[in-house]
Amino acid sequence: MGISHVLFILFSVLILGGGVMVVTRRNLVQAAGALILTLFGVAGLYVLLEAGFLAAVQILIYIGAIAILIIFAVMLTRRLADEQEPGLNSQWAWALGTAVMALAILVIVIQGTWPLAGGVVGNAPPLTGDSTSRLGVALLSPEQYAFPFEVASVLLLSAMLGAIVIAREKRH
Amino acid sequence: MVPLSWYLMVSAALFCLGIFGVLARRNAVAILMGTELMLNAANINLVAFWRHLRPDVMSGQVFTLMVFVVAAAEAAVGLALCIAIYSSRGTVVVEDMDLLKG
Repeated sequence: MGISHVLFILFSVLILGGGVMVVTRRNLVQAAGALILTLFGVAGLYVLLEAGFLAAVQILIYIGAIAILIIFAVMLTRRLADEQEPGLNSQWAWALGTAVMALAILVIVIQGTWPLAGGVVGNAPPLTGDSTSRLGVALLSPEQYAFPFEVASVLLLSAMLGAIVIAREKRH
Repeated sequence: MVPLSWYLMVSAALFCLGIFGVLARRNAVAILMGTELMLNAANINLVAFWRHLRPDVMSGQVFTLMVFVVAAAEAAVGLALCIAIYSSRGTVVVEDMDLLKG
């Protein structure tokens, strides 16, 4: 058990505690705050996995953009009677059963291939070179991922246009 | 180094929390938060498999970046839909959005 295990458990508690609050909090602003906690924990896991660029992007895009966008949407769509209404619908027990069953299946599958009892020290192969610069080269070299990179930019542009058109006030 | 199975367990739990959120919440914005949880669980898996199985190939991280892009697009369009529905129907509770129900 090294420092990375302690950090892993800390980030996991952040992720799962935040996740539970996201799906159970009635107040959506508090749920969005818990979502930020969860996203921060995921960024911590990226750091532990030596994907520093992804951790930075996670904080910039997810916490800086998506979480703030969600908070804006909560503020713009809040009803006055929001606090008195139940946060969960009438089929929440079925949803809980579905989630628990999916978790059981996933745990069984993971235990079958990568058992938890395999020891507390992982045997990952060593990382050669700087993963950020290798990611940059992979994204921009034409024989690797330059085409998906360009498609992603077109997708972002069309999503931006679509969001503007959908959310625009209709003036007659 | 933390073993791969620990990451997989955490991401499985996070994914199931997201499933519960999507199925059980009444507010459309909260449902979108549930999908964000599920996308993050998938991202943890992608990066964990990249680091533990093939750190020499960058596919895992590139896939994660693509998921970021799709998540950003999904959040932008989804929240724009929520705002449009709110301005026309006065609610974002999914049970009240029954225009297509016969």
